[in-house]
Amino acid sequence: MVTLTDEEKAMRDGRDGDAVAAAMDLLIRYADALGAAHLCETRNVAGTNTQPSPAKTKLFEEGGWSKAFAVISLDCDDDIEVPPMKVPTCQLQHGFGDDALGIMPYSERNIELQADAESFYSSKGVNVLATCTPYQVGNLPTYGEHIAWMESSAVVYANSVLGARTNCEGGASTGSASITGRIPCWGNHLVENRYGTHLIESGLRMTGFQDWGMFGYFVGDAVQEARPVMVGDLGQPDLADLKHFGAAAASSGGVEMYHIPGRTPDAPTLEAAFGGAAPPEPLRYGEAERRAIYDSLNSIGNSEDIDFVLIGCPHASLEQIGRVARALEGRTLSAGTELWVMTPRALRAVSDRNGWTATIERAGGRVLTDSCPAMSRVAPTGTKVFATDSAKQAHYLPAILGIEAWFGTTEECVDAAVTGRWRGSLTPAAVVR
Amino acid sequence: MTSVAGTRLVLRGRGIVPGRVAGRALVSHETISGWGGIEPATGTIIERRHELYGVCFTGKVLVFPGAKGSSGWSGFFQSTRLMGTAPLAMVFTNLTTKAALGAIVTRVPTVTEFDDDPVAKITTGDRVEVDADNGLVVVYGPRPGHPR
Repeated sequence: MVTLTDEEKAMRDGRDGDAVAAAMDLLIRYADALGAAHLCETRNVAGTNTQPSPAKTKLFEEGGWSKAFAVISLDCDDDIEVPPMKVPTCQLQHGFGDDALGIMPYSERNIELQADAESFYSSKGVNVLATCTPYQVGNLPTYGEHIAWMESSAVVYANSVLGARTNCEGGASTGSASITGRIPCWGNHLVENRYGTHLIESGLRMTGFQDWGMFGYFVGDAVQEARPVMVGDLGQPDLADLKHFGAAAASSGGVEMYHIPGRTPDAPTLEAAFGGAAPPEPLRYGEAERRAIYDSLNSIGNSEDIDFVLIGCPHASLEQIGRVARALEGRTLSAGTELWVMTPRALRAVSDRNGWTATIERAGGRVLTDSCPAMSRVAPTGTKVFATDSAKQAHYLPAILGIEAWFGTTEECVDAAVTGRWRGSLTPAAVVR
Repeated sequence: MTSVAGTRLVLRGRGIVPGRVAGRALVSHETISGWGGIEPATGTIIERRHELYGVCFTGKVLVFPGAKGSSGWSGFFQSTRLMGTAPLAMVFTNLTTKAALGAIVTRVPTVTEFDDDPVAKITTGDRVEVDADNGLVVVYGPRPGHPR
């Protein structure tokens, strides 16, 4: 049984109202299910309240946002009033907003409902960042900070790249954390659970964004929910590379924490990555493994006629938007092919100022925000085949929309949007040894 | 309970959502995704690469190694409860936050942390009793009184 402080007992017993008591009840049931000894204090919650879903719409129609929050975010059937957020809480990616109107078959009712939910939850103190990458736009946890985040790609980034501490939370645990400032102190919150479990030895240098995604997809498949440590002459990754790597590893597997000795903050050395324990026998990543991953990600592509190109999963960094703009400079998309770049609204504002949005729009593409085709389960009308530079989107979207997928480099995807044809092929590996 | 006639096997674990039910097992040897892995409206597995692609878990004792993928896992399984397509019970090998929270908000009897691997010991179609109050899963085999 989880041990509570006096403050936590007071919250459980109703001192701060029914909603807080319900939140503590959920956190206690959750902590006991996990076997957590106690709760940790957190002042950084990233969750989701505004994303429309059929179940949420039904609850909203029955009893407003309070009902939806009670059932979905607190697992509580009582009538409660939503209190102000107790600690800083942000909304992750959600459905499409106004910018979807007239360009995709997305429910206007969902757009209206989400706008209403945004007004309601922002009045309760939720920061509407509306992105899967809060760390790009104003929520950058510090090293060692206990946080309560959803979104598997953000969780793995926060733990591994930033050295913050979070488990892969869900709607009810983040909802409860947001009004109590507590989360079970279990798993990744505890130092002893953050050391590496598997050693991955790459014989290849990563040649860029695509390579990091394929490597992540390999690693996730190989270790599932464990904590891999990657070694080799990998090269210097940037924010977008590690964003892609982690998202891929959290899609083919359930990786929430990894180390790249010398690159990620919990692992200045290989020894530190394993907490002083002897590293296990390495798993090899070489040309054959890279080829197999590429083929697997492209196994759902059949027709080479491309209807739709998706860039920005997780939401594109500024540099990624700039690359697309440069690749589209002076070109025009093939008639019948759409190209969307997904990015946080705050980065879109910079893209607008930089002139990149105008360049992309002149070519016939779009820079969209808040969501993605997978979250909103929508693509341009008539899409049968899509191409993406994201291993995560290639993994999920075929299942969600029943369409074919091609996976390639950002430039191959832009080329497919311009020509309407998929002409991608695996770039040569940079073999180190 | 171990003295019940026809009992094949008793797996001992830890109940994390209380309750006691009996039904047919649906066994997945692969981990399951929530978001992008299941469709709550129909209670089916929709991940194309998955061994149970197209299979419905509604009303079944869902036996699986663990949760993978998006943090939407718990929300998607919660939606199966709200839309009437939930599994009858959950029996899984690896305890993670996704699976634990998912089981809680799906509000179905759930047992995990077994002395033996339920995925290896239970077969789809087996009649199983999930006694989460006592952390037990009793496997009776596919037909009463008949060996599997």
